[in-house]
Amino acid sequence: MKVLVPIKRAVDYNVRVRVKNDGTGVELNGVKMSVNPFDEIANEEALRLKEKGVVSEVIVCTIGVAKAEDQLRSELARGADRAIHVVTDEEVQPLQAARILAKLAQDEGVDLILAGKQAIDDDANQTGQMTATLLGWAQATFASKVDIADGKATVDREIDAGTETIEVDLPAVITADLRLNEPRFIKLPDIMKAKRKPLDKKDIGEFDIDVPKLEVTATRAPGGREPGRKVKDVAELVAALKDKGLV
Amino acid sequence: MSKILIVAETLAGELHPTTSKAVACAKDIGGDIHVVVFGTGDKAAAEAAAQIDGVGEVLAVTNDANATPSAAVLAPQVVALAGGYTHLLAANTTTGKDLMPRVAALLGVPQVTDIMAVHGPREFDRPIYAGNAITRVSAPGDFVLVGTVRTASFSAAAGGNSAAVTDTAVSAELPTHTRVVGQKTGGGDRPDLQTASKVVSGGRALGSTEKFDIIFALADAIGAGCGASRAAVDAGYVPNDMQVGQTGKIIAPDLYIACGISGAIQHLAGIKDAGTIVAINSDENAPIFEIADLGLVADLFDAVPELTKALS
Ligand SMILES: Cc1cc2nc3c(=O)[nH]c(=O)nc-3n(C[C@H](O)[C@H](O)[C@H](O)COP(=O)(O)OP(=O)(O)OC[C@H]3O[C@@H](n4cnc5c(N)ncnc54)[C@H](O)[C@@H]3O)c2cc1C
Ligand SMILES: Nc1ncnc2c1ncn2[C@@H]1O[C@H](COP(=O)(O)O)[C@@H](O)[C@H]1O
Repeated sequence: MKVLVPIKRAVDYNVRVRVKNDGTGVELNGVKMSVNPFDEIANEEALRLKEKGVVSEVIVCTIGVAKAEDQLRSELARGADRAIHVVTDEEVQPLQAARILAKLAQDEGVDLILAGKQAIDDDANQTGQMTATLLGWAQATFASKVDIADGKATVDREIDAGTETIEVDLPAVITADLRLNEPRFIKLPDIMKAKRKPLDKKDIGEFDIDVPKLEVTATRAPGGREPGRKVKDVAELVAALKDKGLV
Repeated sequence: MSKILIVAETLAGELHPTTSKAVACAKDIGGDIHVVVFGTGDKAAAEAAAQIDGVGEVLAVTNDANATPSAAVLAPQVVALAGGYTHLLAANTTTGKDLMPRVAALLGVPQVTDIMAVHGPREFDRPIYAGNAITRVSAPGDFVLVGTVRTASFSAAAGGNSAAVTDTAVSAELPTHTRVVGQKTGGGDRPDLQTASKVVSGGRALGSTEKFDIIFALADAIGAGCGASRAAVDAGYVPNDMQVGQTGKIIAPDLYIACGISGAIQHLAGIKDAGTIVAINSDENAPIFEIADLGLVADLFDAVPELTKALS
């Protein structure tokens, strides 16, 4: 069974993003870019499935700028077998990404897509679900545990009320939550080896992504909070809370 | 004029309080507001939805497949009802996040995730980068607007309404590839984290499940819901449904008390809209103090029980 792992190049999760003064977006100049953390977890899960003998090949793919090759290379170094880079300078929206991923999944004959639950830049939380739908596949979002056997995946999902266990027939899309696993560190020799792994580039023009789109008309910083104050002890805290009518 | 269909969320047959937050967003959009409740025959949730102010009609859809519904089973039913509506909305809960992109993809339209403010029927604010930036998005054209509503940004619509509840038949082919095996829910008697007016949270500093009890005791003393940082959840002190933050619950209680939580950006992303933030932390340089309205530098194992006693 082959697995497709879509990864997105995004601002590193440790960076405090800043909105540009002219309101046209967030400052990306000179900002550290990394693999979306949920996608690292997705790839790690795919690699573990391969190590267990459930999966034969792990294909990582990204839709993005030329520099996104860096992120593909780091996931190849983590252990993926090969990579597909759909190159574009334009921002692709989740439904468009889903159209591309669905086509890649069909062309590659994969039975499983392991994606991140959300990209920490647009926070859309849509692409995995949309891809599953376009393919007519099952989905298991927000996975914290995955077992695959007999053409089925049994998945623990992190839901607002606790944990839900579902069983889905393959092929399916599974999206990774934070507690699914802890991705292994990438070792230096593997970075060297990854340079020689196959990386196939495709032009975005090969895909039909003509769908209705949303338009971003402005970007602003969130309203700040008024600075607070320190209280010296519990008694002063209680008094302050009573004063505000909160207790 | 807009005609809005809201997909209600139910938990164990009861209407989930986040549904009235989605209705509040729909009221800002304006127009006819309908709510659809998918169930197996019991009308309790549909009748509860009919009481929400602003709702014009409740559609009650009965199907045995809706006993423990998955997104895969719900999406075709929503799409079968979508004709004539300008907007399809749900709360941005894990249920809504799972379902609505499926609905959007079946309809071939984009989705607006996490609507936090309404500028017009097709123009909204939504957060990106864990709420560190807010974008204004518009949906040019006339395709059906699919969206999820950020529950922390809207106050629940009031009750007291008595809209009609209409039994509604849906003919849609439902997939069989997805089966819900079971759910483990925290439940309990404490207020629901996402809608509670007061929340007390504990972090890694608590050190164990047993010691986390002082957080529960404080919460119970003031009738608060209970939350936790990711570190406390990862360490196994408390279950995952208590996690507050970027990947947990985004909440906006009137009062948030963070105990032994450092204030990582991912945690702060979940509490930015809280009314008053109180931080109890032994490290006076902890970043949580940068956004706390009231900060107490103290050992929480002294301060929290003392606070509990003072407020009991
Ligand atoms: C993609 C991503 C998503 C994430 N999502 C979330 C999320 O949704 N929610 C979340 O919370 N985190 C999230 N995190 C993790 C986040 O970055 C932090 O690691 C986490 O919030 C830290 O939890 P903490 O504050 O409990 O622990 P720590 O950072 O270890 O802080 C413990 C605090 O307790 C204080 N302390 C210690 N002893 C005492 C004492 N006796 N009395 C008083 N104070 C004491 C310390 O001074 C310290 O400030 C995410 C991370 C990533 C990468
Ligand atoms: N441009 C992209 N290239 C590759 N994968 C993507 C891209 N956009 C989204 N994804 C995948 O879809 C997941 C969810 O993204 P989103 O719906 O944007 O929150 C991500 O974690 C990735 O696994």
